[in-house]
Amino acid sequence: MEVILKFIDKNGLIFAFFVIGIIIYVSEIISKKLTKNTVPSPAIAIIFGLAIAYFGGDITGGQKGIADVKLFAGIGQMGGSMFRDFAIVSTALGASLYVIMRAGWPAILSLFIGISFSFFFGVIIARLYGYTDAISLATLGAGACTYIVGPVTGAALGASSDLIALSIATGVVKAVFVAISTPFIAKYIGLNNPNTAMIFGGIIGTNAGVMAGLAATDPKLVPYGALTATFYTGLGCLVCPSLFYLILNSIL
Amino acid sequence: MVIYGVGLLSFCYLVGQILGELLGKYIGVEANVGGVGFAMLMLILINDWFEKKGFLSEKMISGISFWNQMYIPIIVAMAATQNVKVALSSGLIAVLVGLIPVIICLAAIPFLSKFSPKNNN
Repeated sequence: MEVILKFIDKNGLIFAFFVIGIIIYVSEIISKKLTKNTVPSPAIAIIFGLAIAYFGGDITGGQKGIADVKLFAGIGQMGGSMFRDFAIVSTALGASLYVIMRAGWPAILSLFIGISFSFFFGVIIARLYGYTDAISLATLGAGACTYIVGPVTGAALGASSDLIALSIATGVVKAVFVAISTPFIAKYIGLNNPNTAMIFGGIIGTNAGVMAGLAATDPKLVPYGALTATFYTGLGCLVCPSLFYLILNSIL
Repeated sequence: MVIYGVGLLSFCYLVGQILGELLGKYIGVEANVGGVGFAMLMLILINDWFEKKGFLSEKMISGISFWNQMYIPIIVAMAATQNVKVALSSGLIAVLVGLIPVIICLAAIPFLSKFSPKNNN
């Protein structure tokens, strides 16, 4: 047993790939069999991740979720900021400035409206809820954008780990809601053509939610929504901890 | 070569992150600000430019798209290492901030799509 523990300790990152692979596989099965694809497997996997983070925090009393359990320390490496940011940058590959330019200014405008509405309405709700400092408000507002903009903003501003976790939870709530509700609300918002799909992707922005929601509505619309949604997280990571935080700071 | 794609991605990542570090210092925030965003914009621009020049090979692209597909698993790993226990003690806020802004955003879509160019599908 000790040999195995030592072995895994030495190969932590590789073991993490294996563990996360299993989590994704199980999530995919749950997504297909139990929810008939209404809840996207990334959303289930992320909830799964948050659940084991809770478990890890519960048994160790630490702040790094499951990574505080020695056996799973490699997951901390895998989910650390270096790999995270590297992988997120690579998602930009799916976007082309030329194509989005041709789609006209409503698609571009939708990105700015989506990010600023999410951020500032998120801030207003957090303020009503009782948060008062600019860093907490900005982190939660950014969490209302996506579950990536939240932690990136929180990390940039030096928010505490529990606030960052809260902003991830916020983003996950949004992603799950978008994925489930999109097929039902599509006809009310005229989501049946590429242009509206681009606006939808831009204004909602949460990748997993947008892609799963559009796939459930009409698979032909997926690339259009994904195209604008790809910009959302990058743009959100750009403006939330800088411009929006400064605006927020000057208001408070 | 696959490594050219990974190398290009690394280049964009490093330059973007350094810009983010510098911007952070400039505006007085104790951390990287927008580094990911800068890196993404750079990758889009360089990718566009390389495509026009014909520099891109399928192998090279696959070096980037591998990481593209690792993005969800890495986010799962990130979720698994957060301080969820503490976050859950204020659980309702996550639901409120997660739902209300997105409903407002959804309601804005019909207004915006009125302005989009007429469909040609």
